[in-house]
Amino acid sequence: MSTTSVMGREVHVDGEGFLTEFDEWDEALGAELASQIGIEMTDEHWSLIRFLRADYAEMGQTATTRRVATVGGVPVKRQFELFPKKPGKKMAYIAGLPKPAGCV
Amino acid sequence: MTDTQPRVVPDFGDHDETDRKLVIICSKGNLDMAYPGLVLANAALGEGIAVDLFFTFWGFDMITKKRQRKLAFSPVGNTAMHLPTGGRMPQWLSPFPGMTAIATRMMRKQIDDLGVPPVDEFLDQIVASGGRLWACRMSADMQGLTMADLRDDVEDIITAADFMDLSEGAQTLFI
Repeated sequence: MSTTSVMGREVHVDGEGFLTEFDEWDEALGAELASQIGIEMTDEHWSLIRFLRADYAEMGQTATTRRVATVGGVPVKRQFELFPKKPGKKMAYIAGLPKPAGCV
Repeated sequence: MTDTQPRVVPDFGDHDETDRKLVIICSKGNLDMAYPGLVLANAALGEGIAVDLFFTFWGFDMITKKRQRKLAFSPVGNTAMHLPTGGRMPQWLSPFPGMTAIATRMMRKQIDDLGVPPVDEFLDQIVASGGRLWACRMSADMQGLTMADLRDDVEDIITAADFMDLSEGAQTLFI
């Protein structure tokens, strides 16, 4: 387990830089993570990130793009527009969650 | 024990120069054999890899409007078929009337329980993610099918030579 400093705060991260502690995240931190990977957050981005956080708290695992579409109500196509190329991983990163583990 | 490391930002490949590309040839029309291509295509698209799916022979059932919701699974000839109670399914039992319907229903349920969509919805998702669907000319001619019989999002019916252009520089999987 290692820590790194984001916005002057010590947070726990894995080898790739994904946060590992659910409670160390807040929206200010999420915004900083988003800007690091070149994503400008809008209300639509935030509602999706909030869904991911709430779903993780309930299910104990990160929602896949499929689940974000069927349960979260954001079509896959829109997810690709909001978080280009790798929506599943980018959303998880900004939300301070592990990468989705499901295949679909 | 923790150690502080310099800030690491994941590499999402946004600045990669290489355009990785995957072509998947779907040649089977059995329910179980439809999924490997769909799962891999979906995963690749989620990793920012361009994906083209080429449907040929029995794989046509996956993109034929009237058939794509009716793919079935038969245990006949499948020695990896196990009974819910444990043990291998006897080969003499698998061709019994009704076995295909039972096995198909069970497999559909297992797939659904995992939150994995049926074939037609899975293809909807793949196309929404930027995947492209292509149909084989010879298979269309053999089965007497035209673009009107296929999903509206099928790009075109193409020849084997067209496929060579399509797959240039791509990693190709035959399923």
